[in-house]
Amino acid sequence: MCKKNKTKQKKIIIITKRTTKPMNTQENSCRIAILHTSNMSQEAVNGVPCRGKVLTLDTMNPNVKRVEYAVRGPIVQRAVQIEKELREGAKKPFTEVIKANIGDAHAMGQKPVTFLRQVLALCSYPELLEDNKFPEDAKKRARRILGACGGQSIGAYSASQGIECVRQDVARYIEKRDGGIPSNPDNIYLSTGASDAIVTMLKLLVCGEGRGRTGVMISIPQYPLYSAALADLGAVQINYYLDEDKCWSLDIKELRRAVTEARQHCNPRVLCIINPGNPTGQVQSRQCIEDVIRFAKEEHLFLMADEVYQDNVYAEGCAFHSFKKVLFEMGPEYSSTVEMASFHSTSKCYMGECGFRGGYMEVINLDPEVKAQLIKLVSVRLCPPVPGQALLDLVVNPPQPDEPSHTTFMKERTAVLAALAEKARLTEQVFNTVPGITCNPVQGAMYTFPRITLPQKAIDKAKEAGQVPDMFYCMRLLEEEGICLVPGSGFGQREGTFHFRMTILPPTEKLKIVLQKIRDFHQRFTQEFS
Amino acid sequence: MFDTCVLKFSQYSSQSRYSSPSFCHSVDGTKMTENGVATRAKVLTIDTMNPTVKKVEYAVRGPIVQRAVELEKELSEGIKKPFAEVIKANIGDAHAMGQQPITFFRQVLALCSYPELLNDSTFPEDAKSRARHILQSCGGNSMGAYSASQGIDSVRQDVARYIERRDGGVSCDPDNIYLTTGASDGIVTMLKLLVCGQGSNRTGVMISIPQYPLYSAALAELGAVQINYYLNEEKCWSLDISELQRALDEARQHCNPRALCIINPGNPTGQVQSRQCIEDVIRFAAKERLFLMADEVYQDNVYADGCQFHSFKKVLFEMGPEYSNTVELASFHSTSKCYMGECGFRGGYMEIINMDNEVKAQLTKLVSVRLCPPVPGQALMDLVVNPPQPGEPSYANFIKERTATLSALAEKAKLTEQVLNTVPGIRCNPVQGAMYSFPSLTIPEKAVREARDKGQQPDMFYCMKMLEETGICLVPGSGFGQRDGTYHFRMTILPPTDKLKILLTK
Repeated sequence: MCKKNKTKQKKIIIITKRTTKPMNTQENSCRIAILHTSNMSQEAVNGVPCRGKVLTLDTMNPNVKRVEYAVRGPIVQRAVQIEKELREGAKKPFTEVIKANIGDAHAMGQKPVTFLRQVLALCSYPELLEDNKFPEDAKKRARRILGACGGQSIGAYSASQGIECVRQDVARYIEKRDGGIPSNPDNIYLSTGASDAIVTMLKLLVCGEGRGRTGVMISIPQYPLYSAALADLGAVQINYYLDEDKCWSLDIKELRRAVTEARQHCNPRVLCIINPGNPTGQVQSRQCIEDVIRFAKEEHLFLMADEVYQDNVYAEGCAFHSFKKVLFEMGPEYSSTVEMASFHSTSKCYMGECGFRGGYMEVINLDPEVKAQLIKLVSVRLCPPVPGQALLDLVVNPPQPDEPSHTTFMKERTAVLAALAEKARLTEQVFNTVPGITCNPVQGAMYTFPRITLPQKAIDKAKEAGQVPDMFYCMRLLEEEGICLVPGSGFGQREGTFHFRMTILPPTEKLKIVLQKIRDFHQRFTQEFS
Repeated sequence: MFDTCVLKFSQYSSQSRYSSPSFCHSVDGTKMTENGVATRAKVLTIDTMNPTVKKVEYAVRGPIVQRAVELEKELSEGIKKPFAEVIKANIGDAHAMGQQPITFFRQVLALCSYPELLNDSTFPEDAKSRARHILQSCGGNSMGAYSASQGIDSVRQDVARYIERRDGGVSCDPDNIYLTTGASDGIVTMLKLLVCGQGSNRTGVMISIPQYPLYSAALAELGAVQINYYLNEEKCWSLDISELQRALDEARQHCNPRALCIINPGNPTGQVQSRQCIEDVIRFAAKERLFLMADEVYQDNVYADGCQFHSFKKVLFEMGPEYSNTVELASFHSTSKCYMGECGFRGGYMEIINMDNEVKAQLTKLVSVRLCPPVPGQALMDLVVNPPQPGEPSYANFIKERTATLSALAEKAKLTEQVLNTVPGIRCNPVQGAMYSFPSLTIPEKAVREARDKGQQPDMFYCMKMLEETGICLVPGSGFGQRDGTYHFRMTILPPTDKLKILLTK
């Protein structure tokens, strides 16, 4: 509301400024026309385009306006401001802002894996290949990567689909992971982080108008990249709810309900799954994956499996099962028909190399003509960043037991994953001791998504401030404790329930403090509003 | 099992061909699924995919390049060809053509990748201090952390200072700088913001013909209206305001022209715009209320005597507040061209001027969805805008490397023009800047007919034949757009001089 008024005011100001200048009658009439209508199309029909900026909120791409991305939304902007204020010496009840809003391992102090960075240094500055400080296996990997680059330089463009030998290594990695099920390097597309590939696949899938418009099923809670991309593409978002009472598991009945309802107003064509779950941290059982695949086949849906947390499984009795593996184990009836794309990235797991924007997708049963279109589409952006491709190559082809870097590599990898497992348990335990917070086990991924009970008075107060209640809660937490979380509303949640997402990435000692602070805050907050 | 799949698909598509009206109806969804037909075919087929993606074309990596890759494979498998290697002169990929990276840049990148090297005495102090500076601006002192979506703060500040120096002191606000994944990313993002309206209100975007096909590809994908204005080949591919006016007036009949894209120095045409011409373009944009997009990625690549790079921003501000306070402009730069040629890092930035504050907030939100541009590319961008200074240990070597690359390019630009103009049937404008020559070809009528018989554009036919016979990979002019009845190809001037000579003789 408030925003709209501001826009109008600004226009009026511009107009009064301009009236001092000579103008013709046509300009005059259009000025009036604008006063009367903020509707873009009418302005243009009048042949009016003469006043104010070419590009305004009213005349920009309406799809972009609908895009929302809470993980870097207003709360994070405020966190950045507070950091600045702290640097400038402003007094706060805390000395640093802890950004637990995003799965950014290195920013939280996790150290890069030595081997990965050695090879990247060698690739960046090949003179170092002469340096005997670097282990032979690192040099060998670097030589192989450079040998696959144009002019032996990671500064050359690669093939748009990605460097061929990296795609071969990815395919071999998938085969190993999936117990020998073949993977064709032609089906591998390297990408700029997983986000890029997810958006590209969605873009291919969107068509039709009105009731024929493509609908895409996403879990609620979801990772907001999905809702943002769907808004941007003008596709229909179809929500299916995860069952919080059953550890955020996925219920086929709920999928069925969602797709049936959606068929009334759109054309559901895609089902997106995040496993292990973001923001909810569940790990899907093999049985559940089978059920999902069967459902996708029955309902004629394209499957998109976001599997970027595939190494991040902590809970006992849980294991990561790739959709591809389960699909192929279900026999040719499924494995030769169900269309699927699976996504992976260098940003999560034990690497946490977000800044390099490395990633890949594997497509299965994709129509060959569509594949040609996909190759064409990715070629427009020339290629994914080559350092990210190099990094991905190391992730899928790490030091082997007989190689000099193997011991250190394993030590580093295990340390990261063990610490994460410990923090996952710790987080669940502490939160569940707080009255008003209930928390499912963090079986995998990097987040906890606890449910918070908010007093009615706080809900009313939030509404007064024009905020969703959990945003109000998280803002208060940020201002009082310097902890930056993302409110559940940014991911979607059942109406009347409230949550937040917190990463489990801070170092254990810091995480303990964070958990303690949230506990204290929650009790204080509850008291204040009851 | 593949067979049955194909069979099912062909059944489906033949059926659909006979009943095309009902098929059209069923494509948009509900009926198809009610019929239960949908279970037979794939979910995603050429008929049911995003129609705007189908319209996308990108010649620089099109069929001719795919054939070149095949030929390379055949050669490596020992198949006899009339040539020993494929020379890919289709794309401005300097390192692939043998250009060496700038030592200083790569030293700093190695230090940033593996900070243990900061203790290594073989690295010069200025490289170390740059690396420390970059790492300090990264979360957890690691390039592996996400950066701010708009780009690392300190890099944006360095970019702003670079622009101020370049533009003789015209001020630049780091808040107006957005780091990007190569320039392409920035260009597509800006176009995306600009596109709206339906039917005759749909946003129209003016692009030069010949153009760099990223523009036509992005416009097709966004469903925007492409408005062609033709560069004047007779006048060294210069830009006429009367031609802009013609294109705009015609376009107003069927769309809402809102943006004007300029590539200077020109790709694929290699011209460098005069200061006067830029002023005229700015005046035109102001008068016609167009958002200006200035693609200035070749800003260091100016070779011809009497030519000089003038940034749109500088000219805009020299024209006084009447223009500098009102004309909306986005300017794009990248680490891929100039003397660096670091294409693989996908570094770049855009500067926006006079953008509405609310739109800026929307832009910031939009880029946040992709989290951040690749951090190594941001680090590289920082070095490009803040290279070694006089007095620093790496300065002399840096300048030597930079000068060597740029003067070799200047020499190759001249050489290309000279040799091509000695060939009967080829006419070539001077390569004043950028990295390409775009000569016009006279194709004999017989060849034109044979091409048409094959369903190929005559210049595609020509380039394919050239590829098969000589191993040289060029891009046909039709991929960039050209006046009807004229034919061209684009060739980079990047191959090393001796190789370029061979290529030109061939």
